[in-house]
Amino acid sequence: MKLQNPRALFIAALLMLTGCQHKPAAPTNLFVDSGAVPGWTRTPETRTFAPEQLSDYIDGDAGKYIKAGVKSTSTADYKYKDQIQVVVDVYTMTSAVAAKTILDSEPAMDAQTPTLGDAARLYSQSLTFRKGPYLVRMVAYQESPQLPSALLDLGHAVESKLSR
Amino acid sequence: MKEMPEKTRRNFLKDCAIGALAATAAPLAFAHDVNPGSANPPKSKVVVARDAALYGSGANPEAARVEKLLDRAMQTYSDSSDPVAPWKKLFKPNEVVGLKVNTIAGPGLSTHVALVDAICERLKAAGIKPGNIVVWDRTNGELERAGFTLSSDPNRVRIIGTDSKDVGYDETAFSYGVVKTRLSNLLTRTCDAMINVPILKNHSMAGVTLALKNMYGVNNNPDRLHPNNCCPGVADLNMLAPIRNKFRLVVADAMTGCFEGGPMFKPQYAWRYNGIIVATDPVAIDQTAWDIIEHKRAERGMKSLLQAGLAPKYISVAANPEHRLGTDDPKRIALQEV
Repeated sequence: MKLQNPRALFIAALLMLTGCQHKPAAPTNLFVDSGAVPGWTRTPETRTFAPEQLSDYIDGDAGKYIKAGVKSTSTADYKYKDQIQVVVDVYTMTSAVAAKTILDSEPAMDAQTPTLGDAARLYSQSLTFRKGPYLVRMVAYQESPQLPSALLDLGHAVESKLSR
Repeated sequence: MKEMPEKTRRNFLKDCAIGALAATAAPLAFAHDVNPGSANPPKSKVVVARDAALYGSGANPEAARVEKLLDRAMQTYSDSSDPVAPWKKLFKPNEVVGLKVNTIAGPGLSTHVALVDAICERLKAAGIKPGNIVVWDRTNGELERAGFTLSSDPNRVRIIGTDSKDVGYDETAFSYGVVKTRLSNLLTRTCDAMINVPILKNHSMAGVTLALKNMYGVNNNPDRLHPNNCCPGVADLNMLAPIRNKFRLVVADAMTGCFEGGPMFKPQYAWRYNGIIVATDPVAIDQTAWDIIEHKRAERGMKSLLQAGLAPKYISVAANPEHRLGTDDPKRIALQEV
């Protein structure tokens, strides 16, 4: 690129400005594809929300993520054995401390604490874990005796996609 | 949506006035006194109807039981032996009746389709044409994710989000207190009367969300109304004329509620309350919801919302002399559990 050219200089400046704006991570990189984990399929569509759009997705819950420091939120729908609907949210926080702040703000109740990421909580219908700056929440809308271990399998697969 | 009659601004203002008159003329069984200066004001009635077998052995409430539970709640509320009579008292056959549901939390914690179906059946039995019943929320996507099937067929119950093409938000900006906002055209122009069909939930900022907070789904900038535990945002929003004048009834879905972690669905904090709660006083029903959530939190050994700094302070503001949207005084709430 010849920067002495005013037009090229303008385009370069524009590209730099665009690069400075919030740019959510590519959502497809965060989610496990259909079939990668036995029994799990993913809806092709994924959605990503910048902090200023987060309330469109999670209403008033957005406040605590923004306060803790969230860079972007991506979400995808999964199905387990074509029956159980599961939503997987990946919150990319500004730091590991920010991810910890969110997880620690939620009462653990009767959670199991499997070895996954930096910390994890497993319930009969949900799994939440954090790894570095990422907070991952998996919520199922139906129950099944196999679901907790299936969530854990999916959780490990998602964890492997998250870079520190 | 082309089938929806677009109303002029003049007609809209006229509708607001008619709505106010209709509300004033509502039969005593559905009236609630919001004037704390009255010498002997009648109490605000709140009916909590529950059915322990509502879900049977399935993941969803059984439709037939939901319909019976709704009838029990409404008939108790209106002291009627006829399941259709309460609806006839509230709505005229020529009116377009909207049902504002709450679907932001997906299928786990949204207004159940079975309850909406039951209300629609009763409205139809009361003489409302199917095409004049409009089930709505903020977006088509949220409605679909909650299990509703979108429809704009003028001969069927319409199910539609404000973000639908040709719906959108009214160009008129409404203001009260801290609120300056635009309201869904479904509220301001399409519908003559409204039923609020919210969900029993904890809310991480407001503390509790039921009737009053559900109005954050009717305007274009709810994100601006969350500071200070949504106070006075919730109360001020409910003061806007289209909301005050058109909402005539709250039928709260308390089949599954959440006592923590709301408004989104986190199954570890959800429980089956197996209830439907009915009132016309949105403050009294919210006060009742707060009590129910506090009871559950205590049962689970959690701090009260008050102790957690999450008391829904907008409720008392909604009841204060400036707002007079209803009563939060337990002595003035006639709670009936059936």
